[in-house]
Amino acid sequence: MAAPDGPEDRLRRFATIWSRAVFPVTSTSLTRPEFEEQLLPSARRLREALLARAFDADTGRAVGAALVEAHCTDPEALSRALDCVDAYLVLYCGEDGPQEELRTRASRLQHAMAAGYAQALRERTLAEQEAIAQAALRAQGVVAQALHASEARFRTVFEGAAIGIGMADLDGNVLQVNGALLRMFGISEQTMHGRNVREWTHPEDAPQTWKLYDELVRGEREHYHLEKAFYRPDGTVLWTNLTVSLLRDADGEPQYQLALMEDTTERRLLNLRLRYEATHDALTGLPNRTLFFERLEKVLGAGEKQGFGLCYLDLDGFKTINDSLGHAAGDQLLVEVADRLQSCATAPGEMVARLGGDEFVALTTGTETRDEVDELATRIQNALVAPVRIDGRELTVRGSIGIVEGRAGEHNAAEVLRSADITMYRAKSAGGNRFELADPEADARAITRHGLTTALPAALERGEFFIEYQPLVHLGDGSVRGAEALVRWLHPQHGVLGPDRFIPLAEHTGLIVPLGRWVLEQSVRQARAWRERGGDTDPVRINVNLSPCQLTHPGLVQDTVDILERAGVEPQALCLEVTESALIGADDDLLKPLRRLAEMGIDIALDDFGTGYSNLANLRRLPVSVLKLDRSFTQGMQQFPADPVDLKIVEGIVSLAHSLDLAVTVEGVETGAQAEQLRILGCDTAQGWYYARPGPPERLHELALADATG
Amino acid sequence: MERPAWAPRSIDISVPSVSRIYDYFLGGSHNFEVDREAARRAMEFTPGLPKIMQANRAFMRRAVRWAAGEGITQFLDVGSGIPTFGNVHEVARAASPGARVVYVDHDPVAVSHGQAVLEGDEDAGVVAADLCKPQEILGSSEVRSLLDLDRPVALLLVAILHFVEDADDPYAAVAELTEALAPGSVLVLTHASYEGMPVAREQTEAMVDVYEDIRLPLIMRTRDEVARFFEGYDMVEPGLVPMPRWRPETDPRDEDPYAFCGFAGVGRTA
Repeated sequence: MAAPDGPEDRLRRFATIWSRAVFPVTSTSLTRPEFEEQLLPSARRLREALLARAFDADTGRAVGAALVEAHCTDPEALSRALDCVDAYLVLYCGEDGPQEELRTRASRLQHAMAAGYAQALRERTLAEQEAIAQAALRAQGVVAQALHASEARFRTVFEGAAIGIGMADLDGNVLQVNGALLRMFGISEQTMHGRNVREWTHPEDAPQTWKLYDELVRGEREHYHLEKAFYRPDGTVLWTNLTVSLLRDADGEPQYQLALMEDTTERRLLNLRLRYEATHDALTGLPNRTLFFERLEKVLGAGEKQGFGLCYLDLDGFKTINDSLGHAAGDQLLVEVADRLQSCATAPGEMVARLGGDEFVALTTGTETRDEVDELATRIQNALVAPVRIDGRELTVRGSIGIVEGRAGEHNAAEVLRSADITMYRAKSAGGNRFELADPEADARAITRHGLTTALPAALERGEFFIEYQPLVHLGDGSVRGAEALVRWLHPQHGVLGPDRFIPLAEHTGLIVPLGRWVLEQSVRQARAWRERGGDTDPVRINVNLSPCQLTHPGLVQDTVDILERAGVEPQALCLEVTESALIGADDDLLKPLRRLAEMGIDIALDDFGTGYSNLANLRRLPVSVLKLDRSFTQGMQQFPADPVDLKIVEGIVSLAHSLDLAVTVEGVETGAQAEQLRILGCDTAQGWYYARPGPPERLHELALADATG
Repeated sequence: MERPAWAPRSIDISVPSVSRIYDYFLGGSHNFEVDREAARRAMEFTPGLPKIMQANRAFMRRAVRWAAGEGITQFLDVGSGIPTFGNVHEVARAASPGARVVYVDHDPVAVSHGQAVLEGDEDAGVVAADLCKPQEILGSSEVRSLLDLDRPVALLLVAILHFVEDADDPYAAVAELTEALAPGSVLVLTHASYEGMPVAREQTEAMVDVYEDIRLPLIMRTRDEVARFFEGYDMVEPGLVPMPRWRPETDPRDEDPYAFCGFAGVGRTA
């Protein structure tokens, strides 16, 4: 500790006063006592300079600079420091020297301090300005570098991208494209430069392509996406998946267009190839059924002026060739036929396709197809005339052709093809090696005939058949004596079909045997049901038709017996109806089963009697107990007065029948007058709309009950 | 097109910066005319602003010395700015030689300046990062190489949180930083407030408007709001107080009235 009021103590007091004066205007973070400590060396130097023999301006300047060093950068700090020196330096540090000289020295020191302070502050200010400017520059450099790096990254992405990227201005001038795009187009950057987007039209451009483009460059659309083709300089086509986006500036103004494109040429080729394979026949290379249908549907969907002509060709006897010479030979034949057919249909709008097997179609389209299709069919026939040479053999090829000709909009493709198919079958039925022209009426018949025939077996399996019953009424008392079972087919497409529509077909295919057995089973079962419910009224009998085919079937008698036994129905409840025509010229072999059945007690009715020119004398030889008079005899009795000739004929037949101990049933009774007339004529039973239409078994039960109670 | 995340904003020295305004208030020349212009406009309403900055610096100095006295040798100063003198590493090393310091600022100029000042200093570093993205701070190479987060750290948030709007959730940021600190770490914090301003509220509001004008919003928070930053900390005596009253070394009555505005405090994690 300095001696009180000694020089050191006085120096400290000066420093304290100085620090107190300056501290409030400094921005130091030191405390005031710390600040005082910082000033103490300067105070000491001032004292030394004050007392030195010679004036040393450097000391004053150094003290001024030290102020700046102590962060007294506010000029007010200098002002206060100088005030302090002026007022207290000589007082506290002057000791006993000559006051006037000391004062002069002090003021010179102040000048030097001011100069030193100013210079230090100037240097410090400049240095700091320089430092911050450098820092700003460096920071900007860092940003620029980052931007550069980012741009470099973008460029790498741009250049390295597998998809083509291109930029153009809004007038379509290409500004920049990447390597991938150049490779896709197969051109150099120089060639690309200066190109305009609008040059890249292609015949396969979708209709909206350039509309979308215009909307985009007008700023009405942000982007669009489509498939687009481009010509390469070598004339090949580049297919792309193209996305074009509009680039806007910071203010939202459209600036550029950006195109991203993916080369889809390969994929497209693959697709085309897959499509080709899916639409062409592998053996002959001809379009297949799929493609043919597509084309046909397109033609049929065109305007009404569009005409079409179609030849449906099926080779005659191809199966024989296949079976005898083998499939390889068959295939060779098909290939040869395909080639020949193709040479027949070379005009635009014509096509040949293989539908499968040995079925081919040739299509011609245009406005004059009526003549053209005839010519086409002729050409096809001529093309097949020359024999085909296979494995050293000369094979003669013949074909049946069905021709359909018409206008678009009349039928759908399936209908047209079916019509052609049917017509071809007609040609084939007529002996083959010819062509036939489709005839709607013949078609309609054939279509159903053909279709029903093929559908019959499945229909029986699926239970599409059902039975309706038409009552047989006793003309004497009007009571229900029995019912005729009439089979119906509930066809999924054609609705309910009567027996006339399908029984002949079933006969033709032999399906009549299982079908007939099914009908018999159902009917007998129904008869038993009626009997069980009928109580003590006369038992209702059931009439079931037998077709000629069934008649010759060896199992007829046994089947019938089995069915009756299984149902527990006595033979007397059953009447089998056989058409007159089926028995014309029947020999004993044919009649034998009928006799057996009749002997068991089953009634045999001669159906459609009077239509078959039967030998009346023959009647007694037949095991028949009922005559069913054909409706043609009763039609004349619908009017009043009845046709007298008809009356006489019926009267005669009834008389004849009764004399042979045969009952007479009449069909087609539609009026009360008719019924009355027939009763008078002596007919026994009748059926017809006058009594009831064929209906479900419950209806007959109701009729029988009504009859019983009435 | 939006600026990619990795590309920094461009540097526009024609707009004022908090760091450079702060420097100007502290009598430095690390600033440009736009900064000085903004500072002068603010001072029109509250002429004592430099005293507030000075008080901040003085508080930080005391707090750092206190922390060093408590044995803390690692310092993380977020929002360090461009201080000319009395920096954390100087104060800390005076008390604890070898102390390590990481400065963090989001102003690229401040960061660049700091890097120049600290060039060759192996125990101090500067990170360019934002307080609102604590993971950028904690994950920086400087923090990872200079600080051992398994030992106590002094986290300094001096005069920075009042520049973070609630929308940026400063509380969450502080909590996330706190989460990363070892037990015994301390949080050194000051925050501006309307409380304690020696001028009429309207004048302070006018000053706040100046900051708003230069798009550097100044968020004045109440004492309670400031106290919430210390969630999870035990307050060190004397708690959250005006800056001159935090462990003063000279008589607080000698301080400029402006120094008493806002709050300062130090908290310690358990």
